[in-house]
Amino acid sequence: MTPAQTAKQQTVFPVNSEQKPVSGFYTLLYKEMLRFWKVSFQTVFAPLLTTLLYLLIFSHVMTGKVEMFPGVPYANFLIPGLMMMAMLQNAFANTSSSLTQSKITGNIVFVLLPPLSHWEIFAAYVAAAIVRGLAVGFGIWLITMWFYPTPMQHPFWILAFALCGTAFAGALGVIAGIWADKFDQMAAFQNFIITPLTFLAGVFYSIHSLPAFWQKLSHLNPFFYMIDGFRYGFFGHSDVTPWASLAFVAVSALALSFLAVELLRRGYKLRH
Amino acid sequence: MTPAVSIRGAQKRFGAVHALRGVDLDIEQGEFFALLGPNGAGKTTLISLLAGLTRPDGGSLQVLGHDVVKDYRQARRMLGVVPQELVFDPFFTAREMLQIQSGYFGLRHNDAWIDELLQRLHLSDKANANMRALSGGMKRRVLVAQALVHKPPVIVLDEPTAGVDVELRQVLWAFIRELNSQGHTILLTTHYLEEAESLCKRVAMLKQGQIVALDTTDNLLARFHAKRLHVTLEGESLPQALRALVLSQDKNKFVLNLSDYFALEPVTQELRKAGANVLEMELVQPDLEEVFVTIMRDQ
Repeated sequence: MTPAQTAKQQTVFPVNSEQKPVSGFYTLLYKEMLRFWKVSFQTVFAPLLTTLLYLLIFSHVMTGKVEMFPGVPYANFLIPGLMMMAMLQNAFANTSSSLTQSKITGNIVFVLLPPLSHWEIFAAYVAAAIVRGLAVGFGIWLITMWFYPTPMQHPFWILAFALCGTAFAGALGVIAGIWADKFDQMAAFQNFIITPLTFLAGVFYSIHSLPAFWQKLSHLNPFFYMIDGFRYGFFGHSDVTPWASLAFVAVSALALSFLAVELLRRGYKLRH
Repeated sequence: MTPAVSIRGAQKRFGAVHALRGVDLDIEQGEFFALLGPNGAGKTTLISLLAGLTRPDGGSLQVLGHDVVKDYRQARRMLGVVPQELVFDPFFTAREMLQIQSGYFGLRHNDAWIDELLQRLHLSDKANANMRALSGGMKRRVLVAQALVHKPPVIVLDEPTAGVDVELRQVLWAFIRELNSQGHTILLTTHYLEEAESLCKRVAMLKQGQIVALDTTDNLLARFHAKRLHVTLEGESLPQALRALVLSQDKNKFVLNLSDYFALEPVTQELRKAGANVLEMELVQPDLEEVFVTIMRDQ
């Protein structure tokens, strides 16, 4: 046997024979969570502060002047809406900014080269977005407990809408991140679609206080159902029945997820 | 034996640009193979097709028998790619980058090999430094380590030494040679043809998306019998009979084209007959660079 043949027999590859590989999903999820946690001042604590400022200003101006739900002070009414708004915006920002940044800097190849399926990539990005959204939402609830305690009447609904809403926003962020080639395209998506839709989804009001036309228009906004159903979990009051809202949100989240997975499967703007 | 890389009729268009025009190529297991070509020849496109970063418009590509489209998970598991671009993730340290890359391949308990990679590529003292803090050469080394983190049987190096210092090249090539001697297949693209000549046993040359030469390095060099005679004379005049052989002239330094070794004798005779005073004379073998330039010019 020649030295080369001997060397080949002693070879250590492939490493697969040394340990059974597991799914790369867990590592991508960990990496996405580590990414936002490393800049948690910007990704978690800044949204907490912004939301608290909204709460302090709006509650100061509006308390005692309007009552959206019978017996519910305006500040308490506001808290679930602000929580959901912050959760949606941060879940969206997590997936969209991570993907856009990776595409622009070129380090997306680190995700595209390994044997990760499109489902694994999608699930990891969205799961990390959900975690960030829930961390922000829970943080807001915890801090506001000091000023305006807001008990949870139906925790199941709160959790269901929090999960479906952040999944929806995370999937939307995946689509936006794949589509955007530049940071200003991403900012346009955030500023012209996400922010208006969340602001006009009943964060600061009940849609029953709106004229009929705007009420109908609000029913086309998926964020309205998320906020309305989430608020039901706190107060047991909502503009639409929570089952209908949950169905709408879940179907929307599924539709967006399929679209995002299909874009990943085709390699749209990722694998040329 | 299943080829490490098997490419059949690979086609790729980018709009009006026909980047690859039906490339056929087999690279055997354990080979150290060079893919050469001028800028825009299609080298990186071919590597991108192999790595799944780009989708082929036609043809098929396999890594150790696994189709890169239909059986992409297995194909990618067998492949380690060092990309040409100096890319990194600014959120993480060098060690984190390697741990994460290892995890993407499903290997979550790989610290011994990661430590060895860091040590072999002289990165141990920078393992916990953020990627932003590393020099260009160090970032390049981390890219190499990332490609090797799952010990792939087929390693693709897309211009791994572009813009890096001599020390890194020596460290890198010593390591890559060792991996090759252990049986890993190496596919290298480089503009440093002396590296390809000294490392690679077989070479493919691409031009405008087609393979224009594919042979062993020795055969390619042997194809070109012509030798170069470098002569420095005391004066600037060369005997009339030798003027037809001049390839280039710089004052009193001449480069003559000789068909073979026997063509040397008439040259020395003419010089002696003309009474020329020869200050220096050197017979030079053609190198891969010369072969490359000739093939690219003639094809």
